[in-house]
Amino acid sequence: MRYHSPTSFDEAVGIAAKAQGVTRFLAGGTDVLVQMRAGAVLPDDLIDVKKIPGVRDITRTPDGGWKIGVAVSGAELGAHEELCRDWPGVVEGMELVGSTQVQGRATLTGNLCNGSPAADSVPGLVAAGATVTVTGANGTREVAVQDIPSRPGKTSLAQGEVISAINLPPRGENAGDAYLRFIPRTEMDIAVVGCAVSLRVDGHKIVEARVALGAVAPTVLLVSDAADALIGSTLDDAALEALATAARAACKPIDDKRGTVEFRVDVAGVLARRAARIAYDRAKGVSK
Amino acid sequence: MSKIHVTTTVNGDEVEFLTDPRETLLDCLRDHLDLTGSKEGCGTGDCGACSVTVDGTLVSSCLMLGVEAEGKKIETIEGMAGKDGELHPLQRKFIEHAALQCGFCTPGFLVASKALLEKNPDPTETEVRYWLAGNLCRCTGYDKIVRAVMDAAAEMRGAA
Ligand SMILES: Cc1cc2nc3c(=O)[nH]c(=O)nc-3n(C[C@H](O)[C@H](O)[C@H](O)COP(=O)(O)OP(=O)(O)OC[C@H]3O[C@@H](n4cnc5c(N)ncnc54)[C@H](O)[C@@H]3O)c2cc1C
Ligand code: FES
Ligand code: FES
Repeated sequence: MRYHSPTSFDEAVGIAAKAQGVTRFLAGGTDVLVQMRAGAVLPDDLIDVKKIPGVRDITRTPDGGWKIGVAVSGAELGAHEELCRDWPGVVEGMELVGSTQVQGRATLTGNLCNGSPAADSVPGLVAAGATVTVTGANGTREVAVQDIPSRPGKTSLAQGEVISAINLPPRGENAGDAYLRFIPRTEMDIAVVGCAVSLRVDGHKIVEARVALGAVAPTVLLVSDAADALIGSTLDDAALEALATAARAACKPIDDKRGTVEFRVDVAGVLARRAARIAYDRAKGVSK
Repeated sequence: MSKIHVTTTVNGDEVEFLTDPRETLLDCLRDHLDLTGSKEGCGTGDCGACSVTVDGTLVSSCLMLGVEAEGKKIETIEGMAGKDGELHPLQRKFIEHAALQCGFCTPGFLVASKALLEKNPDPTETEVRYWLAGNLCRCTGYDKIVRAVMDAAAEMRGAA
């Protein structure tokens, strides 16, 4: 295995484009090293992105959004007060990843690019309308987060492409988001279902919403029918019921030891309702 | 396979070693630097027996490559007691509370607990339990460990 530590994204792209065999980027390594250890993925070229200037920065963009560096750890994300105020749902998704030790290293970008359908930070990013900046040989392009995972363990990135930043839109007024997952214990487990809701209110009425589901399909789902069930409502019982029904209808889960198809479908509706309530309270400033 | 030369600081001392880039920091600590206090319970990030701090951040040394240690400041269990061998309050409290049996998990729990108390000198029991959720112990049932950490925290705050 060749270990590379480029000092710019262009250099990283150059190395990746030339690489012949198995290539991986190294952010926090909490997926890559586990896969190496298991013998599942033995990279010929490992490209560490952490020496590239700026990759650990969280910056406010001129339009009021956020640019998050690709090596920012979960712990660093959670320690950023302003970001937590704007996007508590995005941050709480990432903070559910692993233990304190894993939080010291794991990144949003790694969580997304590992391509697990159950990745905990991804529904929150999708509900937020986040994008990633992809750098390749011909410059950069901006891609919606939900368009990165293509199937379990795979992304839509071409060989020689690297994610160079995660971008969150401006939060604006009267808005809130939330992420919830179901696991059989309280810590350290893989989501059986995950759900994120982001919404904006005008008075009591919901005027914008996005709903995303994890672990119920090969890739994260952005469920527009579920969002439509919320928009225009005051989160009354009928809207919550319509939301749950739409969330359940979108699920295409598998049966495995963590949960059956029936269970996952049912829980998706339950979590959608609960996450919507939290996001609504946050939007109205009732809770953090 | 060509080896890579790494210079890093471990427990305040500058050290150098040659590593195959596939070796973890845990391998390097144990096999190249003879610091065998950090243990390998799983090698996959689940058990915390290999816990160390890197530039002050708690990590599992089995989930970091040795080459990534270049230029960093690493603290391991070997640096916990004073130079004269005086035990850290956490080490003393672990003994007092019988918070260990076989002892395999203990270095990891101590390093992780120290990192917690540096960040939060007055944690609640719930905070201690969540912080240590990535440290597994097959012997004690955790209760004595949690009590030892709470007691050490109180002593270090001067409240006991
Ligand atoms: C004990 C343990 C518990 C865990 N618990 C959870 C959990 O509860 N929920 C959860 O979702 N995950 C969990 N994980 C999985 C893992 O921690 C997360 O997926 C983490 O976010 C991965 O981030 P990383 O920076 O460590 O990625 P890495 O391992 O560095 O990389 C992961 C993948 O992303 C690619 N990649 C990295 N950076 C880039 C880039 N800039 N551009 C393109 N591709 C890139 C790599 O090539 C690799 O394929 C756990 C892991 C462990 C070991
Ligand atoms: S050996 Fe590193 S976490 Fe178990
Ligand atoms: S004391 Fe034996 S594993 Fe903890």
